[in-house]
Parts: sequence; structure tokens; C-alpha cells
Amino acid sequence: MSARGPFQDKPSLRVEALALSRGGRVLFEDLSFAAASGAYVEVQGSNGSGKTSLLRALAGLLRPRSGVIAIEGVDEPAVALHYIGHANALKREAKVREHLHYWAGLLGGAPSEDFVSKMLDLGRVLKLPVRVLSQGQARRLALARLIVAPRPIWLLDEPAAALDASGKAVLNELIASHRASGGIVVAAVHEPLGAPPSQTLRVSR
Amino acid sequence: MSPFAATFRRELALLWAGGGALAPLGYFFGATMLVPLAMGPDRALLEVAGPPLVWIAAALAMLAMLERLFQADLEDGSLDQMLLSPAPLELIVFAKGAALWVAIGLPLAIAGAPVAIALQAPLERVPLIVASLALGTAAFVGAGLIGAALTASVKRAGVLLALIVLPLFAPPVIFGASVASGEDVGAALTILTACALAGAALGPIAAAAALRLQAE
Amino acid sequence: MFAFLANPARFMAFSAWAAPVLLAGALILFAAGIPWALFYSPPDYQMGDTARIMYIHVPAAWWSMGVFAFMVGASFVSLVWRHVLADVAARAAAPVGAVFAAICLVTGSLWGAPTWGTWWEWDGRMTSMLVLFVTYLGYIALWSAIEDEERAARLAAILCLVGAINLPIVKFSVDWWSTLHQPASIMRSGGSAIHAEMLGPLLTMAGAYLLLFGALTLMNMRSAIFRRRVENAELRKAQS
Repeated sequence: MSARGPFQDKPSLRVEALALSRGGRVLFEDLSFAAASGAYVEVQGSNGSGKTSLLRALAGLLRPRSGVIAIEGVDEPAVALHYIGHANALKREAKVREHLHYWAGLLGGAPSEDFVSKMLDLGRVLKLPVRVLSQGQARRLALARLIVAPRPIWLLDEPAAALDASGKAVLNELIASHRASGGIVVAAVHEPLGAPPSQTLRVSR
Repeated sequence: MSPFAATFRRELALLWAGGGALAPLGYFFGATMLVPLAMGPDRALLEVAGPPLVWIAAALAMLAMLERLFQADLEDGSLDQMLLSPAPLELIVFAKGAALWVAIGLPLAIAGAPVAIALQAPLERVPLIVASLALGTAAFVGAGLIGAALTASVKRAGVLLALIVLPLFAPPVIFGASVASGEDVGAALTILTACALAGAALGPIAAAAALRLQAE
Repeated sequence: MFAFLANPARFMAFSAWAAPVLLAGALILFAAGIPWALFYSPPDYQMGDTARIMYIHVPAAWWSMGVFAFMVGASFVSLVWRHVLADVAARAAAPVGAVFAAICLVTGSLWGAPTWGTWWEWDGRMTSMLVLFVTYLGYIALWSAIEDEERAARLAAILCLVGAINLPIVKFSVDWWSTLHQPASIMRSGGSAIHAEMLGPLLTMAGAYLLLFGALTLMNMRSAIFRRRVENAELRKAQS
């Protein structure tokens, strides 16, 4: 059973004439796209082209130089977005299940230990500290945030990094069911994840 | 569990896992030990000058805990998740500060009792010294949040952090030392309370503003 | 006027002539004020000729605080409107203010030596000035420590505002502390009341310091803007 219900209003994401710069360097200007409920946007671009910065700007972490980022059709704007960046946001000394409980409290959701264990194959390591996890397990734990807190829009930065074939399969399953519930997924990838995207966005100067 | 409670619990657990108050207490006792080594063991001199020096040791011990306060969160992506919480960042930062005070500040305050006695404070003054240290370490935490947030992206920021934070430590030290030396205790405690409250209120606000900039 | 100067190109054109003019004005005022202060003003009835150092010490004290107030204004503009010139102005003013604070501390020490027989006197004002000096150092150090200039500007602006809140609290605390520890202090660093005859040289020196601050800050801003232009050009070259 999916831990997230269908999203009642149809979420939508609209970006107009977005300009971003980092460290004095202009990454891109005048980027526009729109994503409707159920969309999967694949963001492509060479290294350093600004894929990460785009996702961070969409997440509200990075202030754009100019342009509009509009998120509509969400019940509560404060809990509209998930951001899974390169870093997993894990604390080495804390246990896996402590992370689930922390994220549930911090982001607003339920730890869903059983579901997470089954879905992401973390049952064996639930009570272990993060420092004993492999890269793949750590990445899967980071992805558990998507399950713990239901949010309509997912911003994923190279989510499949360090994942093996079964991990990628689970990721695809998560994305598919999220889209089926009406959510939106924006993912920056180096190679295709699996399911074909509803649109592709190339980021370059 | 609310974002505040979740953050508070996690910070307590992480501080505990990181050795808890052991290192700061060691620093506290070690710095205290230097006082008679520098001043000589003359009791009369220590009776006059000794008790307020507990504040220097407490300030140093607190400083030592500040450098990694937000650095780790910035590096491992935890700060991003805090920014995505429905709770305002100010509240989450306040929760971190509260955990730091409970896990480190209060133990320092309690350890102030044997330290004050070692520095020849009269016994009847010791409970007030402990109370003043509890308030003073709260003010130190408030100031420390600001310094740690401003320097979160700087490698080996210890000295810079101290430089920023020490002017903010001055008022609590002044009033706390006054309690320790028994001068104008009532007024000093009142103002020290105000310092603690101001630190608790303003520290998270300034720190959150700085952290948002660090996350960009 | 600020809106007019907010354009960097116009600012550079303005400061190209304004900085030397201010510097010349400062030198003239110092040339007038220092002899007036040292030779032609009345000696202080309590401390005699050594009090003449007051004419260097007091304006330095005033303007070390005035410069910080300027930085607070610039920091506020920097945070609210994110204007590059406000960042540059705050950073440019800081070393000037720090030097004024240092002059105040050193002259205060020199004043105290023959007067009180000690090379340093922990009275309320000097202690507060020391805290201000350390605050300046922290501000300057923070700018240097952060690579991203925009981020450094905002963080330094926050630090400056925090300092602005802290400094009155420190002043209050230190005054409280000094009355506690020095109940009967006959000679305060302020000395006796200022006579009308002292006002002339004092205000001249104050004016000299102000013009010097203006000149030095404009010069610092100009070199900062030139440096940024060079860096931007290098950056463009690397990206092409």
C-alpha cells in the first residue's frame, strides 16, 4: 500500500525566465518550463551546468537572480517539496530508524518503519548506525524521506547514484506510484532512470 | 513529534554520542586548574579574585563546543532538510541551542560548584554561582549560535568564531562574575536573566538568517 | 544623492575627484587643528599639557563609533536591497574605523601613563572601546574568511547588525561594572568639562577625522571596485 495518498488538488510547477548564478558565474538565463500533475521532468546537462543549482532554486534553498517559480495546487506550500540532494543528510552515529523518526518529526509524516524496510530493503540495518551502511544503503535511506513524509513535488539530484540494479528498480517504482497519485517528479540525471520522462529539460548557458 | 521536539531529541542524542559534556567539563576543570598555577595558591588572594575566574573557564569550555555546531549540518545536507521543514528555521535553531544548553550548559553550571569552591568561594555563595552559570551558559549558547552560523562554511573557524563571539560574551561575564564575587548580586542576577532571555530570543533569529545564506 | 551614486559607474566618476578633495580637506584641517591643539589652546587645569592628547583621542573615539554607525546603515541596505555598493562601502569603512579605535586606545593609554601612573587603565570607556575594537577585527576577519563575496557581504552585514545591538549592551554592562569596581574615580578619561576655548581645536580635529574617513573609505571602495572588475574580466576569460 502506498504510504502517500493521492494529492487532492492537482499540483503544478511553473518556471518562467529563471536566471541563476553561483559564485559570480552566470549558470543560465531565461529558463522556462511547466510541469503538471503526474509529470516526470528529466533535467540533463553536463557537469557544472547548473542542474543542482536549478533543483536547489526550485526547493527554495537558492535565491535566483530573476524569474518566477510558481507552485500551485498544493494544500500547504510549506510541505510541498522534497529535495534529495547529492548529500544524504545522514548522521554517522545515529541509527537508521532514528533517522526515520527524526524526518517524520521534522518534515511532518510517519516513520513507517515496516513499509520503509520492505520497500527499500533496510530491514536488516534498521537498528544499526549509519556508519556501517554501504553507499547504496545510505542512498536508499535518504530516499526513505520520500516515503516518510507525503509531499506532492519531488526534486531529486542524481537519485540513482550508488544504487545497484534492484535499488534503481525500487526508485523507479517509487517515482511511478508517485506520478500515479498525481505528484510531480523533477530529477537531474546523467543517464535515464528507467521510465521515459514526460519532458526533458536541457540546462546550459 | 513536532519539528522542535524531533530536533531537540536528535541533538541531545548526537551530543551524547559525541562524548556528551565530557570534553567541555574536562576543559572547564583544566582551565580552572591553571588559575592557581598562574596566581599562586595564596588563599587570601584567591578568595578575593578566584571565584569570578570560573566564568573565564566556562566561556572557554563553551567556545570549544561551537565550531562544529552547524558545520556538519551544512556539509552533510541536514541543513537543507531543516529548511524544508514546515517549522520556521528559527524554531529549529532554537531547539539545537536548547539541546546544547541542556547537554553542555547545565552540566557546566553544576560543575561550577566544585570549581567555585576550589577557587575559594564561600559556601553560601555557591548555589547562586551555579544559578548564575546556568543563566550565563544560556546567554553563551545564544551568542554561540550566531558565531557558529556565521562561520559554518569556514574551515577551521575556531579562532574567527572566538573573535566574533567574545564581544557577545562580555555582558554575561560581567554580571556573572559580579554574582561570583558577591557584589550587587540581586541586580546582577536580574540583568543576567535578561541576557539569557535576549540570547535565547535573538540568537536563533540572527543564526537562522545566516544559515539561510550559508545554504545558498 | 545616494540614489544618484548607487550606479557604480557614476560612483566611480564621483569618487575620482571627491576622494582627493576630501583628503586635501582632511590634511588642511589636520594642519590647522594639530598646532592649534598642541600649542595654542589652554592647558587643562587639572592635568596640564598632557591633556592636549585629548584633541587626538576624543575625535578618534567619536568617529570610531560614527564609522560603525555608517557600517550599520550600509549593512542594513546590503541586507534589504542587496546593493553591491553598500557591501563595498561597509567593508571599506571597517579598517578606517578599526584604526580610529586603535588610535583612541593608544592615545588613551598614553594619556593615562603620566596622569595615573599606569600604561593602561580599565575604566568604562576604554573597556567599551576595546570591545568595539575587537568587534571591528571580527568583522574584518569574517569578510576575509569567506570566499564567495556576495555571501561574505550578507554574513558580515548580519554580524555588523548583531554588533550594533551588542555595543550598547556592552556599554551599559561596562559602565555598571566600572561603577562597581571604581566607586571614587577623581580623574575620568573624559577629564573636566570642555571649555569654549577647547571647542575650536576639538571640532577642527573632529572635522579632520571625518574628512579623512570619507577620503580613505572612498579610496578603499575604488580599489575594491577596480579589483572586482579585474576579477570579472578574468572570470569571463576563463569561461569563453
